Amino acid sequence: MPAPSELELGRRAFRARRSQRSTLVALGSTLVFFAVAHLVVTRSPGWPRVQATFFSLDVARESFPEILRGLWLNVQVLVVGGLCVLVLGLGIAVLRTLRGPAFAPLRILATGYVDLFRGMPLIITLYLVGFGFPALQLQGLPTSPFVLGTTAIVLTYSAYVAEVFRAGIESVHPSQRAAARSLGLSHRQSMRIVVLPQAVRNVTPALLNDFVALQKDVGLISVLGAIDAVRQAQIIVGQSFNFTPYVVAGLLFVLLAVPSARIADAVAVRARRRQQSGSVL
Amino acid sequence: MTEPVLDVRGVVKAFGDDVVLRGVDLAVGEHQVVALIGSSGSGKSTLLRCTSLLETVDDGQVLLDGEDVTDPRVDADAVRRRLGVVFQAFNLFPHMTVLDNVTLAPVRVHGRSKADAREEALGLLERIGLVDKAGEYPDRLSGGQQQRVAIARALAVRPRVLLLDEITSALDPELVGEVLRVVREVAAQGMTIVMATHEMGFAKQVADTVCFLSDGVVLESGPPEQVLGEPVEARTRQFLSRVIDAGRL
Ligand SMILES: Nc1ncnc2c1ncn2[C@@H]1O[C@H](COP(=O)(O)OP(=O)(O)O)[C@@H](O)[C@H]1O
Ligand SMILES: [Mg+2]
Repeated sequence: MPAPSELELGRRAFRARRSQRSTLVALGSTLVFFAVAHLVVTRSPGWPRVQATFFSLDVARESFPEILRGLWLNVQVLVVGGLCVLVLGLGIAVLRTLRGPAFAPLRILATGYVDLFRGMPLIITLYLVGFGFPALQLQGLPTSPFVLGTTAIVLTYSAYVAEVFRAGIESVHPSQRAAARSLGLSHRQSMRIVVLPQAVRNVTPALLNDFVALQKDVGLISVLGAIDAVRQAQIIVGQSFNFTPYVVAGLLFVLLAVPSARIADAVAVRARRRQQSGSVL
Repeated sequence: MTEPVLDVRGVVKAFGDDVVLRGVDLAVGEHQVVALIGSSGSGKSTLLRCTSLLETVDDGQVLLDGEDVTDPRVDADAVRRRLGVVFQAFNLFPHMTVLDNVTLAPVRVHGRSKADAREEALGLLERIGLVDKAGEYPDRLSGGQQQRVAIARALAVRPRVLLLDEITSALDPELVGEVLRVVREVAAQGMTIVMATHEMGFAKQVADTVCFLSDGVVLESGPPEQVLGEPVEARTRQFLSRVIDAGRL
């Protein structure tokens, strides 16, 4: 690159000054905001009580190990459930995109599934699966709240993720499929080798977003009595008449979600850059 | 003429009430180059898509080496393996390198060894002057380069017939030449080609037969000098004068 002209040097200096100034303004206003919020909250008449019941360091320290152990169960649900959701969601999405009258029953079934479980509140699915299945008293049907809770979550999330995958499949230009088929690839091969890789790449940011949502919804298995982080916190709250364990559990969930949220951001940025390289907007 | 490689007999195709092809006949002999011309919407793409079994015909037959490939008992995938197709755009798979695009069908469909397919692919890329782009992804290539790779990919399966559907009409004018050069070379080496095109000058030089498609039939066909130079049909003359007005001849 040739040496920059006076004009360009002037522009660079101006940009540097401007970005410095806006950083300072942003930093300053953030500090002021938190200082004011801090003052308002800690000066409020109820603050001493709130601090004692929600932010007691002693209770936090005491409850932490057990809540952490409970969180381990949530992580297990997250990993097992997440994998099942990916497989089931992809399968349903592929069924929904099948063409031709021969596949109509499968297509209708898949569509019905998505309509049902996307519309049904997760908590109700949890109750129905968690209390309904055991009530059948069928031999061999699992009764553990872990399995039943994971099942309910997988049912609901698969419906969401199937729609994400379907959007991804439909975002692949139809000519790509025609090109694949005209090379002699079978329908299945075209899907696997040509369409799905592009579809998955297109929807990775959306999938990661759903994963972050899943991370906190795994806490709902506590309603079935599984001793997870939320349930554990609830137990300690019941014993100590102090709400701090909820705060501890909540913060642990936030910590769990932060890395994937950052990864989701990074992936979204990369996807955007790939689509509009060089643009300033 | 010996038995045609591709023989289209009375092909009818409708989309709903819109009858696009009303009985198209077209015989293409070995090593022949046939140019399909006709105004936009006359059914050139539809005819090529029926030939490559991307659409099912509503009547008539398509014979490939004497075999009726429109018979529903025929394995369509196996038929497509014997054809090479290049579309107007979006041919290449963006998530695969140029080399992987070219070796995909030989390896996955024809069961050739990776090393074998790779060697042949590099040879093809050499011929189209893009061997140094083998490791690139398609979006790093110009439109003209992409279409040249698409031709190489179609040739990699050693097709009986190469079907080209307006492969230069999405390109900037200065990129058209390099793509047509590749087609000319492929034709010179004896490939049987059916190409829908708006490039009348090119059709004149390369095609053995020019077919004018209008109202769902081949209205006029013959050597390029005749169809493009002294057309018999009024509609052909009309079409050609419009093309000349647009500066394409
Ligand atoms: N999949 C389709 N569904 C409905 N109509 C179609 C479809 N494909 C093509 N057509 C119609 O068929 C006619 C011929 O189209 P096409 O074969 O693409 O013409 P050309 O390639 O000569 O420009 C057009 O009127 C077009 O609208
Ligand atoms: Mg067309």
